[in-house]
Amino acid sequence: MTERHIPETDVEKVSYLRAGHSLRSWLLTTDHKRIAILYLYAVTFFFFIGGAAAALVRIELLTPGGDFLTNEGYNRTFTLHGVIMVWFFLIPSIPNTFGNFLIPLMIGARDLAFPRLNLLSWYIYLLGGTLTLYVLVAGGVDTGWTFYTPLSSMFANGNVVAATVAIFIAGFSSILTGLNFIVTIHTLRAPGMTWGRLPLFVWSHYATSLILVLATPILAITLALIAAERLFGIGIFDPSLGGDPLLYQHLFWFYSHPAVYIMVLPALGVVSELVAAAARKPVFGYWFVAFSSIAIAIIGFLVWGHHMFVSGQSMYASAVFSFLSLAVAVPSGIKVYNWTATLYKGHISLDPPFLFAMSFIGLFVFGGLTGLILAMLAIDVHVHDTYFVVAHFHYIMVGGTVSAFFGALHFWWPKITGREYIMVWGRLTAIFIFLGFNLTFFPQYLLGYLGMPRRYHIYDPSFQVLHVMSSLGASLLGVAYVLPFTYLFYSLRYGKPSPPNPWGVTGLEWTTPSPPPKQNFDQIPVVTTGPYDYPVEMEDRR
Amino acid sequence: MRSDLPLWPDQASAHASAVDILLYGFTGLIFALSVPVFILIIVFAVRYRRGRKVNRRHQVNRNALLEVSWSVIPFLLILCFFFWSAWLFFDLKHPPASALEIDVVAKRWMWKFQHPGGQGEIDELHVPVGEPVKLTMISQDVIHSLYMPALRLKQDVLPGRYTTMWFQADKPGIYRLTCAEFCGTNHSLMGGHFVVMAQQDYARWLQESGVDQTLAAQGETLFRTYGCSGCHSPAATVHAPSLDGLYGRPVALQGGETIIADEQYIRDSILLPQQQMAAGYPSIMPTFKNVLGEDDLTKIVAYIKSLKATQWREHP
Repeated sequence: MTERHIPETDVEKVSYLRAGHSLRSWLLTTDHKRIAILYLYAVTFFFFIGGAAAALVRIELLTPGGDFLTNEGYNRTFTLHGVIMVWFFLIPSIPNTFGNFLIPLMIGARDLAFPRLNLLSWYIYLLGGTLTLYVLVAGGVDTGWTFYTPLSSMFANGNVVAATVAIFIAGFSSILTGLNFIVTIHTLRAPGMTWGRLPLFVWSHYATSLILVLATPILAITLALIAAERLFGIGIFDPSLGGDPLLYQHLFWFYSHPAVYIMVLPALGVVSELVAAAARKPVFGYWFVAFSSIAIAIIGFLVWGHHMFVSGQSMYASAVFSFLSLAVAVPSGIKVYNWTATLYKGHISLDPPFLFAMSFIGLFVFGGLTGLILAMLAIDVHVHDTYFVVAHFHYIMVGGTVSAFFGALHFWWPKITGREYIMVWGRLTAIFIFLGFNLTFFPQYLLGYLGMPRRYHIYDPSFQVLHVMSSLGASLLGVAYVLPFTYLFYSLRYGKPSPPNPWGVTGLEWTTPSPPPKQNFDQIPVVTTGPYDYPVEMEDRR
Repeated sequence: MRSDLPLWPDQASAHASAVDILLYGFTGLIFALSVPVFILIIVFAVRYRRGRKVNRRHQVNRNALLEVSWSVIPFLLILCFFFWSAWLFFDLKHPPASALEIDVVAKRWMWKFQHPGGQGEIDELHVPVGEPVKLTMISQDVIHSLYMPALRLKQDVLPGRYTTMWFQADKPGIYRLTCAEFCGTNHSLMGGHFVVMAQQDYARWLQESGVDQTLAAQGETLFRTYGCSGCHSPAATVHAPSLDGLYGRPVALQGGETIIADEQYIRDSILLPQQQMAAGYPSIMPTFKNVLGEDDLTKIVAYIKSLKATQWREHP
């Protein structure tokens, strides 16, 4: 390979990346594209912090004894992993980076509706994140990311209050971003960009934003109540003070179950774009896919009780929640079947982004269907709070959302940076992630059904073989996650300049130069066609 | 490292095998719904790979009938399993009246089991085979969860509230029991075994770990020690309700409602006597909160449950 520095192209000279070189021009920017880059750095940082905690957990679990971390140390480590990954990676990952970068470009706008609010949202996120990290590393919190009461409010001996304050602060970042997206999608669509012409990525972000705005305040209230009980002894959750511990679980899951959809809906939007681009075909059943996002957002608010089948909740309530949890699978199923139908008679490319999309579909389907197993009342009684649950949500969150995140990164990288990366490395990464992921998490389904409880670091020796397999898979997965940093950074300096539309796909973002200029469009485009307006039967007309 | 690789947990009850059969059936359905998707994706990716010359002519990109059917038919199939599973679950909530009653107190980080004969054990539970057993459980501190994988059973154990779980083990053996709800520092260590024994072995075990007093008798001792009998005995001069035959009876409350006097009501009335006052009595009983632990409460409740309705007076 010849190492030569490709000089800046004319396009790059006027791009948003070159619109100012000072640190100040980045830290005080109101350009949605630059803020997206700021978010990309920040979420990547937190992803590796959370990943480091996961590595400690997997090392500890290599042996059935507690020989690497102390009991307290292990509890603090998995709490750190959960808190950082959920609130500081998964929730902001796709919306705040790719959503931020792409929504204005996709709808033909120059920026989000409230550019300064967008920057504020990043600073709030950073403040919350830094504070959380400090609290978790310096003092430690040992409640798990779920903060169940009365353990968290009356018994845990860590910095629970400080952690709740930090997450409380970070929540405002979510609310501001959600609000910004909703207003932007309503008011800043280009002429002719009707709701029926919105890319499905935008629809799924619209649904996500509704959840962000409606659910996050519930989390804030719940965290404030924990702090009130812990600091002032106000009896809300602890029965010895006259409170009800299950009230906490209702409040927490009323936020946290919809939050699962905050994490996965943007991924579903990414995959809809990737599948259409891979097949160069309109998405099959556009309206079904678009409205399935809205349906998921609505039904997602009605299923929280499926986390509480063995909590002592009324069995009739459990039956209703079980039924609704099965119902929420319908819109997800629609998406998967429609993606498959989109591929039918397409012109399918297996470039890296599309491999990530295929691997997403496989892992998401498997994770989703094992979620149905968990929604079955009698089976959940056995596998609740075991590694079966751990495996299930990692299939959705890591197999699903993280795969989609990498898919998005590989798809829009030429647009964001103006450079092309080496394809073969991207393909290898996609395959390594798929293999490493399955080796890590499939054994955990078996562990769960065998009866290995979660949050245990001292376990029955009969579980060891499966734990060792899982830890080996995690090392492969770790390597696969680091791999993109090499060839993507390499492309920044040595990659070929990207044309405006390297994949040959539809979408307003591909009509701008790569990278786009600061103002996105010289003239606001007038939209006259649907989002996936590919010629039917392109080269095969007979 | 142990090299054995167990792939299926022990089945110690009919319920455990019923749950496993449900899982097999549902897994079958899941494969039926998802494997075609995986196969089609691979077939399409190969057959319609970009650059390959194949017939790509197809109809318009919309087929409402097809889309509705692939949403509705899988849902209806899944619904059959929903009813099957709910039926198994409801069964778990209805213990037979004849069940052997064992009390469980959870505290960080141990399990305490109390047999009706007064035998107590820690982190180990002996039960007879082929006989229904009902566990009445409460926590002294945070939420715990009693998990018995070989029975496919788990129930959270809450502070301040009794929860129950019942089973009928039908295969003698020694099985694991653990805490499944994260409860702090030594959560991983909060476990032990339950031992399913043949009836005669269980009877022998009860005798060998014999104690002088049954649980109810131990409760009676506490009932006197803490001065409860001073007011609640027929001879007492204080105007307090008699407790004979109280358990399971409806009690008229001061607010006008009626409540069935179950374990929860009896326990709560000891700790928070002013909360649910029996109609027609002055509120003079002191609270025993912070005086009695859950173990002692269990014993006193067992004693009160044992009092037969010889002298019950609804309205004195």
